[in-house]
This record gives sequence, C-alpha cells and structure tokens, in this order.
Amino acid sequence: MVEERFVQGNEACALGAIAANCRFFAGYPITPSTEIAEQMSILLPKYGGSFVQMEDEIASAGAIIGASWSGMKAMTATSGPGISLMQENIGYGFITETPIVIINVQRGSPSTGQPTMSAQADMMQVRWGSHGDYEPIALAPSSVQEFFDFTIKAFNLAEEYRVPVTVLADEVVGHMREKLIIPDDIEIVTRKRPEKVDGQYLPFDAPCDGTTPMPAFGDGFNIHVTGLTHDERGYPDTNDPDTHTKLVERLCNKVLMHRKDICSVKKENCDDADIVIVSCGSPYRSVGAAMKKAREEGIKVGSLKIDTPWPFPEEEIAEIAKTASDIIVPEMNLGQIVHEVERAAHGEANVHLIGKIGGILHKPDEIYDKIKEING
Amino acid sequence: MRTEVRIAGFGGQGVIMAGVIIGKAASLFDNKNAVQTQSYGPEARGGASRTEVVIDDDEIDYPKVTSPDILVAMSHEALIKYMGDLKDEGVLIIDPDMIVEEEIVDFVNEHKIKLYRAPATKTATEDVGLRIVANIVMIGAIVKVTEVVSVDAAKQAILDSVPKGTEDKNIQAFEAGYALL
Repeated sequence: MVEERFVQGNEACALGAIAANCRFFAGYPITPSTEIAEQMSILLPKYGGSFVQMEDEIASAGAIIGASWSGMKAMTATSGPGISLMQENIGYGFITETPIVIINVQRGSPSTGQPTMSAQADMMQVRWGSHGDYEPIALAPSSVQEFFDFTIKAFNLAEEYRVPVTVLADEVVGHMREKLIIPDDIEIVTRKRPEKVDGQYLPFDAPCDGTTPMPAFGDGFNIHVTGLTHDERGYPDTNDPDTHTKLVERLCNKVLMHRKDICSVKKENCDDADIVIVSCGSPYRSVGAAMKKAREEGIKVGSLKIDTPWPFPEEEIAEIAKTASDIIVPEMNLGQIVHEVERAAHGEANVHLIGKIGGILHKPDEIYDKIKEING
Repeated sequence: MRTEVRIAGFGGQGVIMAGVIIGKAASLFDNKNAVQTQSYGPEARGGASRTEVVIDDDEIDYPKVTSPDILVAMSHEALIKYMGDLKDEGVLIIDPDMIVEEEIVDFVNEHKIKLYRAPATKTATEDVGLRIVANIVMIGAIVKVTEVVSVDAAKQAILDSVPKGTEDKNIQAFEAGYALL
C-alpha cells in the first residue's frame, strides 16, 4: 500500500535504506546527519538488522565493508569531518569492488567548520578524496522524496556495479520536512552471487567494463580480498604493469562505459533557452522561482538539474552549451562543480558561478539578479 | 497561493512541534504542499526557537520563509528577534501574557499589522489544566484567524503527532484555542 508521511530528509533516507533491504549500519553520529543514525538504530532491530555505533568514522567505513563481504547491504552516514576520515577505506572499497552506501549530509567546511549550517563543500572530495584512479558514483537529492528515492538508487547502483556509492545531501535537505510518498512497488537490485565451480575459482575474472558475481564469506569460496593490485584470482600481483593497468582501467570502465545508464538529469525549458541554470542538490530549489520571474519578462531561461554529479553528465552539459549562450551554476561552495561544467561546455557557452558559503541556501533573487546581469 | 508562517517562542514551548503539526495538516490531510524548517543550532536551547512552514496549492520550490504572512509569537525575546521581516498588513498572533506590547506598538502601526491576542499559556494552564499544551492551544487560534489549514486537518495532524493517551487533552486544547478569537 502506498504510504504518505511528513518527515525530515534524514528520516526519509533511513526509510529508503530499509526499503532497499539495507540491514547493517555502522556509524559515528555527526551533525547534521545524526537523525539517520538515530532512525537506523530504531528501525534496524525491527527488521532483523544490526546497528553498531563505532568508535570513529575510519572504523565505520571498515565495518560496512566487512558487512558487505558477509552478504549484507550496508550503509554509513556522516558529514565532512567523517568523510575525510573514511577516505582510506573508501579507496579500499573501490579496489576490492565492495558495494557500500555512504550518506554525506554536507555542512560548512573545511575541518569541523559549521556543524549546523548547510554547504556543498564535498562535491570534489567524493570525486578525488581517496588516492588513485577510480570512478565514483554519487547522487545529490534536492527534496525529502529524492533523499528517499536516491538512497534506494544508491544501493541499486552499488549492488549492480560493485562500487561504493555516495548520496551527497546537505543540511537543508537533511532537516526540512516534506511529504514523503513510499510506493508499494520499489525496484530493488541485489548483487549476483557466484555459482559453485569445478576447478579453480576466479573471483575477479571480469570483462574489461564489468564486474563479477560476489560471494559472501561463508559461501564456501576461497577468496583473498586485498587492497593490493590483484589478478583475476585475487592474488596480489603488484609488480606487473599489465595486471595493474587491466585492473584499474576495468574499475574505471565499469562506471564510465555505463555512464548513460547511471547519469540522470532533469531538464526544464532548455529547448529555447539562452541562459541555462545548472544546479545540483538543494540549490535547485531556488531555480524555479528565478526562472519563472525571468520568463515572465521574456528572458529565455532554462534549468538543468544534475541528479548524479558523478559520473559527471558531460554529454548533457555539452548539448546545452551548444544552444545556450550562458550557463549559471549556483553552488553552496566557492566553485567546485562549476569547473566540471566549464570543462564539459568546451568553451561553447559562458559559464558563471554563483558561489555561496556561510550556510544559507541561495535566495531565488540571487539567481534572478545574475540572470538580469547577463541579460544586460 | 504561497503562504509563509513563522512560529517563535523559547525552547521547550513546543513551537517546533506546532510547525510540524501545521505542515503535516496541510501536506497529509488538506492535500496541499508544505515544507517545515526550524532554527537549528546551539542557540535553540533555552533561547529563542523558531519554526517556519511554507504552504502552497502548487509545488514548493524555495523551501524557506523570506517574509512571513503570519507570525506567531509565544515569547517576547523571540518576537523581537523574528518580527522584522513580517509582511506589511501581515497577521501577528501573540500570547499577550508573554509579550511586552508597548514595545511593538510602533511596529504594528507602521506596517499596518493585523494584531491578535491569544492567551495560549494561560488557557492551557487554567482551562485545560496542562501548561505544556499551550502550543496546541495556539494552533487552534492560528487556524481560527488564518484558516491556513482546515479544522479537520489540524485535528487529524494533532492526533497523528501527540503521544498515545493524550489525544483528548490535546483536542480539548485545540478547541479552547479555536474559541479564543
């Protein structure tokens, strides 16, 4: 039965995780993500799952990787300072191809910064925070409903591609209350488990853009899970350039070559637009009123909302850059996603940043004023 | 039409709960759209506390209140802190026993504010016999004056939000508040 509730974004996230069959949460509560840990500690025991409050975020990321290798869908939730501590284990998650979901409810940074204030400070940290070459997947919700939907989608993508997936929320979307509709037909993806084989089992013998079925500890397979460069058997092979190239290129390709299936954007009024506002997460909520006001004055303004900052929707941005003269990027930082937009636009449109820090969401008029300034 | 409501008081009066109930009433029981937000941070403890609700028949883009149509004040400190951006000719509902009215006379006159007095704390204490339901009394007064949500929706949202066993007292509080104005 379809259920309607009036809840905070953080609560919707926890409900989404439960709906996606997440049955393990390890975390260290931190503002402004704390309600997620609180809700998971209430919900998980009711569903036969486990909640562990860890000693820190390093251990939290380690615990969910271990739980995932035990066959569980596992999640943690944190904010900037915790995300920084998790980076080493997140890299381990990439090279060991471990499906995990990390919720980052962003706050003012760097360091402990502004615990109770909103920001999009970690857009690039999700992309490059752990050392090495890898291709992350991240989703950025702009409403309570999306926080629920994107959490489910994060689990589905993690399970399908065997990668850590991050939900990049922020304090605004984490704490606002709105109507949440919980549908009764939710699509859930669960990782494939390998069949028993005669002879040698090759746990990482995957096509160049793919991954392999993932066994759980206790399934009876002998498997070595290591952060070292490994061959298709899973054995460390750290001196052979070909082994390393093949592994790391595959880890990237399995996301990049499926960009079309993973990337999601929402376009409004883009067809005839001279100016397109490209937003991601909460700042999208300030776009609609600015666009409407400008359209009423005959200024052709469109909106492109990025649901998936990673992998970056390059083709979609390139396409609007060909038809629009100007692109406006409102961000709750001093300029992160704007660099990706500039790169993808290939100089075909002028790209303008509205960078805002301090903790307060852009007001619609701040975007409208920039539209007027560009329109002359 | 977009309506912006701000309810302010001191931490412990249940102003945030009042905002959640009004948002829930509009969103789940009046079939409108609503977004509720609240002041959040160390200053919320004991000091001025604030909740804001945006209600609209259409989808709500911008989730925050910029200039409220309706301001409800349950403490003087919160009133002074949060009344500045109330719309001209806007509605101001105060708990007169908690407010020093002389200090806002100029503001009310200058901005043609429609001022209503709802003694929610006194009514909760003396008529309902339970001081902590002052926030629910105030919801009754808000609904009567502004019709921002329907009476039925408000009652359903109250029943959906209060602890089991306290339903009768809370509905009594709502009705006492509704009768005040």
